[in-house]
Amino acid sequence: MRTPRGRVLLGGTLIGMVLALMAGYVVWRGAGGDAGARAGNLDLHRTGTLLHVKAGGGVVQSTMDGTWLGAGPHCVRAYAAGGTLACLRGLGRRFSAELEVYGSGGHSELTLPLWGIPSRVRVSASGNLVGWTVFREGDSYLANGAYSTTAGIYDLRSGAHYGSLEDFQPLLDGSPYRRQDVNYWGVTFAEDDRTFYATMSSAGSTWLMRGDLATRTLTALRRNVECPSLSPDGTRIAYKKRNGQRWRLHVLDLATGADTALAEPDHVDDQPAWLDPHTIAYTKPGPAVFAVPADGGGAPRRLTAGASPSPVR
Amino acid sequence: MYLSTTRAGAAAPATPTTGPGRGRVPGTVLALGMVSFVTDISAEMVTAVLPMYLMYGIGLGYLQLGLLDGLYTGASALLRLGGGYVADRFSRAKAVAVTGYGLSALTKLALPLAGTSMAGIGLAVGVDRAGKGIRTAPRDALITLSTPADGLGRAFGVHRTMDTAGALLGPIVAFGLLAAVLGGYDLVFGASFGFAVIGVLILVFFVRRPAPVSGARRGTLRAGLTALARPRLRRTCFAAGLLGLVTVGDMFLYLAIQQRIGLAPTVLPLLPLGTAVTFMLAATPAGRLADRVGRWRLFLGGHVLLLGGYLVLVGPFGGWPAALAVLGLHGLFYAATDGVLMALAGQLVPAEVRATGLAVVQTVQAVARAGGAVLFGIMAQLTAPTTAFGFLAAALCVAIAVAAPLGARGRDR
Repeated sequence: MRTPRGRVLLGGTLIGMVLALMAGYVVWRGAGGDAGARAGNLDLHRTGTLLHVKAGGGVVQSTMDGTWLGAGPHCVRAYAAGGTLACLRGLGRRFSAELEVYGSGGHSELTLPLWGIPSRVRVSASGNLVGWTVFREGDSYLANGAYSTTAGIYDLRSGAHYGSLEDFQPLLDGSPYRRQDVNYWGVTFAEDDRTFYATMSSAGSTWLMRGDLATRTLTALRRNVECPSLSPDGTRIAYKKRNGQRWRLHVLDLATGADTALAEPDHVDDQPAWLDPHTIAYTKPGPAVFAVPADGGGAPRRLTAGASPSPVR
Repeated sequence: MYLSTTRAGAAAPATPTTGPGRGRVPGTVLALGMVSFVTDISAEMVTAVLPMYLMYGIGLGYLQLGLLDGLYTGASALLRLGGGYVADRFSRAKAVAVTGYGLSALTKLALPLAGTSMAGIGLAVGVDRAGKGIRTAPRDALITLSTPADGLGRAFGVHRTMDTAGALLGPIVAFGLLAAVLGGYDLVFGASFGFAVIGVLILVFFVRRPAPVSGARRGTLRAGLTALARPRLRRTCFAAGLLGLVTVGDMFLYLAIQQRIGLAPTVLPLLPLGTAVTFMLAATPAGRLADRVGRWRLFLGGHVLLLGGYLVLVGPFGGWPAALAVLGLHGLFYAATDGVLMALAGQLVPAEVRATGLAVVQTVQAVARAGGAVLFGIMAQLTAPTTAFGFLAAALCVAIAVAAPLGARGRDR
């Protein structure tokens, strides 16, 4: 057996080594954390690929058949279009988050501090508009009134910051709607970089709202449509339809009003994304990214592990 | 600072008869306190970020986390008895404690590796709890085996102070790392593993093994049962169980404070801090007081303070002063009972079955508290929470009255 002095020396040395390793790791990761200021080696113009968020929070890019292409910043939700990557992340402290927007060159172009828990993020097809949603209170929006959300939009062309859709004028059946308990979430943009769609909830109901950035109005179109996602051709909206405590994915034809249930039988809590004009991608717990045909036929198929799917078109 | 103190203590013989006198806490106890300090930093770092990590990574709810937790609490109670018995049977309290701390350290690596697999995470959390179950009784036995009987209260007080300081520091370290490095969950797990390894190293290198008990007197099952049959230990177990049954679960208490005072739900996570800070500050003086006025008396006194807390809660008082009063009394209750009960039980159990004896007392208390929580939950559901606290205060009053004479005979040495 060692003498006490030898034990103390050996023990002290080992502890010192562990401490040095820990300090080195922190410094190394701290320096590597700089990657947060760049979009890593993602290629935001490589069409036909998929961005998604791995468990733990890193954005990765892969081909549709799962070949790994690159990795980017840490985000909880991410979406890319038109060479713009929008990244929504929590900052560790409760109800503290930020939106970071990366341009084509991979450099950070904008950082907005947000008060809430990251929920949804979208970029318009041109890459000019970014929309986000954060939870403000509570953990459950299955229970009515037990949650609160804030949705906002930023225009990268003009620098206009629409901090909250609650500043817009909602119109229901043609007349202004004045209740105080409105919540907005799940923004999706049209091609014209002016029109957008979002969910409004109030008094226990939800509506699909068509927004106009120029007139700052929101027009109610239809009830019971949540987390809308506009198709690339702007004619259909994929969304989750509430039935009691469950949500099913549906596609709504904006011109005819035809409403089609998709072949995914499970409860889905995600804002769907259009992979192409015929396919919807979404997240299921696991988490895993699934795809299902947009016409109601076929069957869901698992694409990859992860969340927050975003096709690069 | 701690290391130099430890070094001085570790060099001193660790047997009770020749250990440091009244003036100082034995080096082994300080070393064990350091082990608990860094281990609690490690554990609470992960506890603080785990819900967030799991919610973002896996979409797991708090309810599932709670169920997971409840499931493993029961399992760890059984392992605690097993760990205590093995420690005594082979006279290897330190080796068993090393195993327990080591298992928990390994899970800090396993958690990120488990990724998003629910089964993997369940397994990692389970092993962590198993480690905690295994190590607790041998560790407390090591404290008693290396401390003179007249300084037990203070030794446990110092240990609990260091333990709680680590628990308070853990979340601060974790959120500091997350704020410094975006999405640095791997960093939190890595640092947590590092602290856990340091805890094991301190235990291995700076905690002296107590002098082994001769082969003939090793803690056999029969010796354990004989010791447990001793009237004073039996009465202490009974009293700890009875009082545990009428001690409300912490979460219920914090909820009651928040609701009665109408605080925002977001301050709820802050309330345990009030208890923990008081516990940390008061544990050492309370232990010292226990050595002077009698551990049994202080253990009872702690429950009287808790009763005072219940009364403030159901009384006509409101506002932050009332909240702080309840939290302060709750923290003092822990300071006067947690380590003090171990110091009390430590001298009632012969050295060769010390770990088993302490494990039995801890388990009785834990099971009684779990049962009490269920009863209280039902009561609060059927009546109003305030009424339930009124009932509880009355029951605690009766329990104190019943328990009081149990320890009166044969005062502490």
